[in-house]
Amino acid sequence: MKQQPGLTLIAKTVTRISVWLIVLYGFYIIFHGHLTPGGGFAGGVVIALAFLNVMLAYGHETVTRWLNISFMHDLEPSAGALFLTMGILGIALGGGFLANVVHRGTLFNVFSSGNILVLNIIIGVKVAMGLFVVVWSLAIFRFFEGGDK
Amino acid sequence: MPVETWLIFIVGFMLIGSIAALEMKDLLSAIIAVGIVGLGVSMAFLLLQAPDLAIVQFLFEIFSVVIIVRAFLKKDYHSEGEGQRNRLLGGITVLTLIAVFLLSIRLFKALPPFGKPLMTTARYYLENCASQTHAANIVSSIVLDYRGYDTLGEVTVLFTAILGALTIIRLKSKRKTEGEGQS
Repeated sequence: MKQQPGLTLIAKTVTRISVWLIVLYGFYIIFHGHLTPGGGFAGGVVIALAFLNVMLAYGHETVTRWLNISFMHDLEPSAGALFLTMGILGIALGGGFLANVVHRGTLFNVFSSGNILVLNIIIGVKVAMGLFVVVWSLAIFRFFEGGDK
Repeated sequence: MPVETWLIFIVGFMLIGSIAALEMKDLLSAIIAVGIVGLGVSMAFLLLQAPDLAIVQFLFEIFSVVIIVRAFLKKDYHSEGEGQRNRLLGGITVLTLIAVFLLSIRLFKALPPFGKPLMTTARYYLENCASQTHAANIVSSIVLDYRGYDTLGEVTVLFTAILGALTIIRLKSKRKTEGEGQS
């Protein structure tokens, strides 16, 4: 059998099952950021750790082939721009910068608290994509570094 | 046991971890010992009833340990020779630290007691958060609603840090490929 990049078959199988649970947990933390502890930053880091898990198990070449890296790279600054857009929307619809523009639902509902949920999702996307791109480029950098050994 | 006892225990554990990280010869053990410090901070946040901070600290600690191990494990930083220790400078440093500690005892006495802060802004948030923002998590409502500017600054910091890291990595790898092409 040809030697595949990455870890053993056991690690790959476990990763294939468990990574979706980790991503689900990250989405849970992001979407419940206004109800339970957590929020955009923590959930984004959980999702980035799920990507890191895949990359450790399968090797960075497989990940580069599977995922559209440049799209993920573009997603990060566009999330930042979306944050600014939400802020300017607050000025446009009356009120100050980052004023609430979304209807505030009832307390303890998932779709409540207006702007906070939207901003949590934006920050989660930004943090996840940013940290993933950093880890991915570190892996590529080690690839070049290991070339002369 | 009261919270303070646990905190003293955790701080002692962190001190041991940081001293171990300084003194260990093996790089991987030193990195793991640095990780102890971050996890201790996370535990301290949990004991002080700040679960938001505890989650973020815990995740970032794991993330940074993985990144540091990935980045530095293959390199030959192990062969670091015994540094020359200057006795005079070390003595001056210890004396200065002792003097600062002795002089700051009065400062510690002047601090408000533990759990009774001087700022009373938090009381306003506690009373009005649920009715004004309709968010059950007060931390989230403060970070994203009352202090939205702050979070925008954090996002900008993250963006700039990632931009800088990517620039440095790209420069280094480009130089590496050029060097390989010439040789």
